Amino acid sequence: MDRLFDAKWKLAIGGVILGLLAVILAVGGNPGNMAICVACFIRDMAGSLKLHTAAVVQYYRPEIVGFVCGSFLIALATKEYRTTAGSSPVIRFILGFIMMIGALVFLGCPLRMLIRMAAGDANAYVGLVGFAAGIGTGCLFLKKGFSLGRAYEVKSVNGYILPALLVIGLIVSVATSLFAVSESGPGSMHAPVILALIVALVFGAIAQKTRACFAGSLRDVFLMKDFSLISILGGMFVVLLVYNVATGKFHFGFTGQPIAHAQHIWNLLGMYAVGFAAVLAGGCPLRQLVLAGQGSSDSAITFLGLLVGAAFAHNFGLAGAAATAATDTAAANPGGPGTAGKIVLVCCIVVLFIIAATNLKKNEAKN
Amino acid sequence: MEYIEVDVRGLSCPEPVMLTAAALKNNPGKALKILASEAHVRTNVEKLLKSKKVAFSSSEVGHEYEIVTK
Repeated sequence: MDRLFDAKWKLAIGGVILGLLAVILAVGGNPGNMAICVACFIRDMAGSLKLHTAAVVQYYRPEIVGFVCGSFLIALATKEYRTTAGSSPVIRFILGFIMMIGALVFLGCPLRMLIRMAAGDANAYVGLVGFAAGIGTGCLFLKKGFSLGRAYEVKSVNGYILPALLVIGLIVSVATSLFAVSESGPGSMHAPVILALIVALVFGAIAQKTRACFAGSLRDVFLMKDFSLISILGGMFVVLLVYNVATGKFHFGFTGQPIAHAQHIWNLLGMYAVGFAAVLAGGCPLRQLVLAGQGSSDSAITFLGLLVGAAFAHNFGLAGAAATAATDTAAANPGGPGTAGKIVLVCCIVVLFIIAATNLKKNEAKN
Repeated sequence: MEYIEVDVRGLSCPEPVMLTAAALKNNPGKALKILASEAHVRTNVEKLLKSKKVAFSSSEVGHEYEIVTK
């Protein structure tokens, strides 16, 4: 198992499989260019739990359960499961919160950014520029000695809590009408529960074995000229591009894209915040779920930050709105974030600089 | 055998790899003992050593990992 993904070409094949799994969810009924979006799906989950009441984005996404539990199960099976905690949990909560604000201003996590890029959404390429700039900024602080400190091994039960809670939530969502479910909008579009869960379990397991991370991919290129992780994204991108072209879903341009807006500066800054925060947190939203599954309580706290961030984003109108074309009854809306969202996003970026600057330490390796 | 110890236990990515790379650079010709606590960190450190063509042996000690360069 250790040698399963030990070369770039094997990682690229891992990426191809992840891409195929995303295609299954796209075909299965998930929203346009949103076969998988960790931020959007956590946002939908927050809505289903009534942490926010945006009626169009409420659904208990089995994919989130699958990502965490897939990682959890494969880590247990391969004896890689370690329960750890204690590496600046409150700061990680804030980083999770900020990642969600940035992602919801842009309308997607780095994974959805890749999916949008493969469908020709030019706004996602603007987001990529911001994301890369954010990662570059994070790397500058890493080079200066940024660290959130060590995590230590703790009792195993700590690591079981998040997977258990997610599974209980899934059972409640399927067996009762306790949770909110959107009747229209993105929250109403979803693959069947069993399909979504199985695909996500496999996706989570492969993500754990490959160490797939959207922020880590660019970070490793910038810091160490290491192209291992980015080869996963390459494999995924190719599959999604082929799928979109083959099914006529590829439309290059800034307008007319599903659940997107063309407010360039805010797409750029939203993903800048995500990239910067992800480097400081040691991984993108997907990676945080995988790390939480393999026992990191600190990443579980980051997940809670993402969840609360999603609630704030919709309760206080911080999320970007999707652009809409004119109809008989309404004028065209360019979408994007409102004033509150713009102000909070800029504040979030300032907070990232404060976190980065106040957690520098001497390099321990200078023995 | 004396080792320069590099303790990367519990650190987030990419700190373990950065610290190992710095230790290699600052201690040319000396053997390193890298202590790691998570499997993916061991994988990443081993990958770095392979890319730098540094021979090493790796072992699991309790719940942790020791990677010793030669």
